[in-house]
Amino acid sequence: MSFDVPDDRRYRESHEWIDPETGRVGISDFAQDELGDVVFVELPSEGDAVDAGAEFGVVESIKAVSDLYAPVSGAVIAVNEDLFDAPELVNEDPFGDGWMLEIDVDEADLDDLLSADEYRDQIA
Amino acid sequence: MRCRRAAVAAGGTVRAGIPNHYSPPTDLAGMTLRKPPLREAHAERDAKFTEFGGWDMPVEFDSIRAEHAAVRESAGVFDVSHMGEIEVAGPDATTLLNRLTTNDVTSLSPGDAQYAAITREDGVMLDDTVVYRLPDEERTDDGAVGGDGVAETDGGAAGDDHETVPAYLFIPNAGHDAQMHERWVDHRDEWGLDCEVRNVTEDWAMFAVQGPDAPGLVAGAVDDGGPDVRDLSRFSATFVPLAGVDCWVARTGYTGEDGFEVLCPWSDAEAVWELFAADATPCGLGARDTLRIEEGFLLSGQDFHPEDEPRTPYEADIGFAVDLDAEFVGRDALAAQAEAGVEETFVGIELLDRGVPRHGYDVTNEDGHVVGTVTSGTMSPSLDKPVALGYLPVDLTDPGTEVNVVVRAREKRAKVVSVPFE
Repeated sequence: MSFDVPDDRRYRESHEWIDPETGRVGISDFAQDELGDVVFVELPSEGDAVDAGAEFGVVESIKAVSDLYAPVSGAVIAVNEDLFDAPELVNEDPFGDGWMLEIDVDEADLDDLLSADEYRDQIA
Repeated sequence: MRCRRAAVAAGGTVRAGIPNHYSPPTDLAGMTLRKPPLREAHAERDAKFTEFGGWDMPVEFDSIRAEHAAVRESAGVFDVSHMGEIEVAGPDATTLLNRLTTNDVTSLSPGDAQYAAITREDGVMLDDTVVYRLPDEERTDDGAVGGDGVAETDGGAAGDDHETVPAYLFIPNAGHDAQMHERWVDHRDEWGLDCEVRNVTEDWAMFAVQGPDAPGLVAGAVDDGGPDVRDLSRFSATFVPLAGVDCWVARTGYTGEDGFEVLCPWSDAEAVWELFAADATPCGLGARDTLRIEEGFLLSGQDFHPEDEPRTPYEADIGFAVDLDAEFVGRDALAAQAEAGVEETFVGIELLDRGVPRHGYDVTNEDGHVVGTVTSGTMSPSLDKPVALGYLPVDLTDPGTEVNVVVRAREKRAKVVSVPFE
C-alpha cells in the first residue's frame, strides 16, 4: 500500500506534519489509515501555546485513542473547527481539509523535523 | 501521534506507538498467537489485525464504519474462527451440560441452540456461550461414540439394535476453550459421568454472515439438493452442504441483525468463506464490537470477567438465560440473589456532550461521586452518537437518569438509556 507524502511538508516521527508556508499542522495519510475511521478530535484553543514534542490534543478513531504531538513550538493562531462536526475529514483529506491547527512557526524549529523523503523511508 | 489505547483489543489498555509495519504476531507476553485458517487470505485483502483472546484476528478490512453499515443495511461476513468449540457426546452429555451452564439444556432437541452463562459456585460468570444440540450419535460396541466429530450427520437414527446418545457443541469465547474443556472434563470425572468431551476449536472454522440480506445470500450458497436455510427459525441449526462439505449452519449471531453462523471444517475454510465473501462485505472484529455494543450485548472478558469485573447473570441483565429449576454450579447463589435483588445492573449510557466513552472510564453522579465504570463504549456508527455500557447502582438505572462519564479528567454529561440504543 502506498501513502501520500507531500514534498512541501515536514514530518515528525510520530506522524504529524507541518506546512512551513502556512504553519498548518495535521496527521499524515499513513496515520489516518492506521487509525481507521476518525470519530473525535480534541484540540487546543486559538491563542494557546504549544511546545515542540509535547501533546497538543487527542484524535480518536472507532478503534483507538491517540495523543497528538506538536511538531514545533508556537502560538495557535487558528483551529480547524470543522473537525468537531466532521472528524472524518481527517480520513478523507489528511493534508488538506483535515488540517488541525495553524501555528505561528519559528523557522529554526523546522530543522529538527523529517523531510518528505526521510518520512517516506520511515513508513516504507 | 501516539496511540494511548487500542479500544478494540481486549481490555483496551494496550499502549503502543503506531507501528510502521505489522509486527510478528505475539501477545503481550511474547507468546505466539493462534491463527485462523484464513490469516494469510485476510492479509492479502489488506486487513488490519489485532490480538484478541490469544488469536491474531482481522480488526478491519476497509473501514469499521463501512463494515458496520453493510451489516445493518445489506450483509457482512465475519471470520470468528477464534471462538472456541467444545463437543460433548455420550449418555450423560445432557446432565454434564445442564450442571455447568445456567439454562435448561434438557429442553433442547437436536438442531436447537440456546444462550447460557457458565458460572462459578458463587454465581459469578466465567463465560457466556451458545449450546447447540447436534444430531444424536450412534454408540459402537466398545462404548465409544461413533463418527469422528460433528461431521457425523447420518448417525442418530434410533433403530431397535442401536443405542443413540445425545451430542452437543458449545461455543466458549476466544481463548477460553482450553479452560472450558478442562472444566468439563474435571467435572465429568468428579461426578462419574459417561460422555466424551473434545476441544475441537482448531477443527472448525466459524463464520458469521449477518444482515438483512444474509438469509438470501446463505440460501443461495447452499449446494444443490441442500435444505433451504431460510426455513430455519431463530436459534435453530442443521447440517447443510456448502462447497461440497457438511457445515453446521445456525440462525444465530451477535449483531442484532438476522443472519447465520456457519461452522465448517478448518481445511475447507477458504472455499466456504469465498462463497460468502463474494457478496457480503468482509468485516473485522472492530465492526463486530460496534454492532454488539449498539445492541447492548455483553463481551466476555470485558463487560464481565471473573477477576476484573466479577458479575452474575442477573447483574449483567441476562436473567433470561438462567433457569433456577435446573441444578447447575452457581444455582444456589443465583437463587439467593434472585430473592434479595441485585445492587447494580448493566445499563446503556448515552453521552450528551462531545467525547467517546471507553472501557475503564469512570461514571459519576450529579455530585461528582464515582458510581460506576464504563465496561464498553464507542461512537455508534449507526446512530452517530457516543454510547457506553456499564454497571450502575439500581437507584440510578431508570432511563433518563442523569450521570457523567469522565473522559480524560473531564466530566461529560450523559444519561441512562435502555438498550438497544436508538
